[in-house]
Amino acid sequence: MPDRTTTTTASVTGAPAVDPTRASSSRPPSGARDTESAAEKTLRRRRLLTGRGAIMVYALLATLLVCALTVPRFASVQTTGFLLLDAIPILMIAMPMALVIITGEIDLSVASTAGLTSAVMGVLWAAGWGIPEIFVVCVLIGVVCGAVNGALVTTVGLPSLAVTIGTLALYRGLALVVIGDNAVANFPPALTSFFTSKIGGTGIPTVMVGVLAIIVFFGVLLHKSSFGRALPAIGFSTEAASFVGVHVGRVKFWMFVATGVVSALVGIYWTLRYSSARSDNATGIELAVIAAVLLGGVSIFGGRGSIPGVVAGVLIISSISYALRLGGISDVVLNVVTGLLLVGSVVTPSLIAVARERSRARRAARDVLAASAAHS
Amino acid sequence: MEFPTFPRGRTLRRAAATVAALATVTLVASGCALTAGSDDASSGSGSGGTESIAFVPKQLNNPYTDVVLGGGEEASKAIGYDYSVVGPLEASASSQVTFLNTLTQQGTNVIVIAANDPDAVGPALKEARDGGAKIVAFDSDTNPDYRDVFVSQVEAKDVALIQIRQMSEQIGGQGDIAILSATANATNQNEWIKYIQEEVDTNPDYAGITIVSTVYGDDDDAKSFQEAQGLLQANPDLKGIISPTTVGIAATARYLSTSEYKGKVALTGLGLPNEMREFVKDGTVTAFALWDPAQLGEVAAYAGQALVDGTITGDEGDTFTAGDLGERTVGADGIVIVGPPTEFSADNIDDYDF
Repeated sequence: MPDRTTTTTASVTGAPAVDPTRASSSRPPSGARDTESAAEKTLRRRRLLTGRGAIMVYALLATLLVCALTVPRFASVQTTGFLLLDAIPILMIAMPMALVIITGEIDLSVASTAGLTSAVMGVLWAAGWGIPEIFVVCVLIGVVCGAVNGALVTTVGLPSLAVTIGTLALYRGLALVVIGDNAVANFPPALTSFFTSKIGGTGIPTVMVGVLAIIVFFGVLLHKSSFGRALPAIGFSTEAASFVGVHVGRVKFWMFVATGVVSALVGIYWTLRYSSARSDNATGIELAVIAAVLLGGVSIFGGRGSIPGVVAGVLIISSISYALRLGGISDVVLNVVTGLLLVGSVVTPSLIAVARERSRARRAARDVLAASAAHS
Repeated sequence: MEFPTFPRGRTLRRAAATVAALATVTLVASGCALTAGSDDASSGSGSGGTESIAFVPKQLNNPYTDVVLGGGEEASKAIGYDYSVVGPLEASASSQVTFLNTLTQQGTNVIVIAANDPDAVGPALKEARDGGAKIVAFDSDTNPDYRDVFVSQVEAKDVALIQIRQMSEQIGGQGDIAILSATANATNQNEWIKYIQEEVDTNPDYAGITIVSTVYGDDDDAKSFQEAQGLLQANPDLKGIISPTTVGIAATARYLSTSEYKGKVALTGLGLPNEMREFVKDGTVTAFALWDPAQLGEVAAYAGQALVDGTITGDEGDTFTAGDLGERTVGADGIVIVGPPTEFSADNIDDYDF
């Protein structure tokens, strides 16, 4: 396993998530990384401005500009409010989801966890529970759902794709068991209107403050903490990460708990925003979340990604779909556009890598030819 | 092997640039389409121009909904409104909200909605009303707080009365009949059955009729077929079957048409003309009923116009004219009834295609 030492060096030195070594892992490291020179520092800083995350932020700004210029009424306070209210569930779940995917796993059960939370909320409210107690139970549901996923993946060692496809059906099924076909809608108006209220005349939803806290939390966790630095290392090479002392299982477990808890919070948000607790709430958003995360530059194979990129990815998709709807374009076209964007963002880097590998091989062959010609 | 860092950085940047380029191309392309599309939208909601009406069905691409929307489109054209349909591809509780939001922002004058959830669309509808839109619920009501009127297909009692009258006519007012329903807890079915029973018990015209059995086919074609078979075996003297469900009546007709009971046991209920046509033609069924879904869309559009013009405000007793369909009155709770169900027989069934 020549690989192992290679990647180990990378993770020992705490190379950030954007470390490009993964493009061709067969290559030995470039050597003296332990002493970071001034030149390398500038290089890293430059990468911060030209990396995928930064590019996504530019793309977001470009998207907003194009939408504002071409779609009448897009540039308005109303848009901010409507757009963000729709984007919040995706944005919230995308944070822990990005981390899970960076570690090389995936969680497809998030929307079902939110649905289960919503169902339990409805039943408890109908049974006369107080709101604070209900919130506590909801968060616990998130913890349990996430822990079940985490335990099945880490202790039993099953692939997360299989596990969470299972729990996707399981949690949604439980939601149906809990509340059935009913809907509970009589939540206190003060509470439900709080969840759709805006900060002053800015159009920014009040709950955005909480969402921002979640974004900052996961951003700091990924980019500034030693725990976070272990995540890309795990996604990069599980063996290497455990070799240098990362508790891979434990880290992954807590990542699943994190997605569970945030999904439960989304369940609460969804229920109160629409003032309707139902078993089918948040159906299908797991795919929207994963799409946005991938568009935001997180590698589906793990090891690479950044929170600013993901936030930009979510907002790009939301803005485009909102602009298309505002422009009266049918949902069918909208699906095609999002699909193209996604395929493009995932496929393009691979295509370029292949092309580069080919030209490198051609160049190497030419060099060998030239060398042998010189010898003879 | 000395090109690790530099070319790699370039690749990354080039990849990102390609993505950005791709995104821009997509955006510009959609942008062009957008400006084209939104031109008529803005003129639609503009000052003094044509008013706009938008239908928000439970979900797009549903055959029944398409018939309803067909009626809506025709009526919208007749009144000179800008007609559009927007809606989700799947009928989940909250999926309609985004569409309502964009309609609000476009300044749509009338929003006609079949709500997937009576409450989930509430705040969005409230915002639309604050923006000046009139809200017409149709097919499936919202919470009454959030709309101006609700256009309902038929009065439950009318449906029941028409079925028992048709049955009585076909069996000469005498004999045992049975009911083949959908599921045992279907609210609308049970309401109709209750009225049918009530009518048989109280109306002297139906004194000779006895309902001997009620069975449930669960809106499953095979199960309904077996239940129909079972009814005739268990009740040799049965004169007729009422099946107030489109699945049940079609399955029963299929059984009767191939059995010795064809033309001897009467069958009526609620059916789709396209499904029942062959059985009407071959003599298995004389007459059945159903509302015309297109009329639902039509009346909804006219109700929207009446709200915009100020002819009605949604109060009980308000009246408006729904084109060729004639005058409609707003009932209690802002409910407008489209009208009595349409009766189908060999005489008129070829006039309908749904």
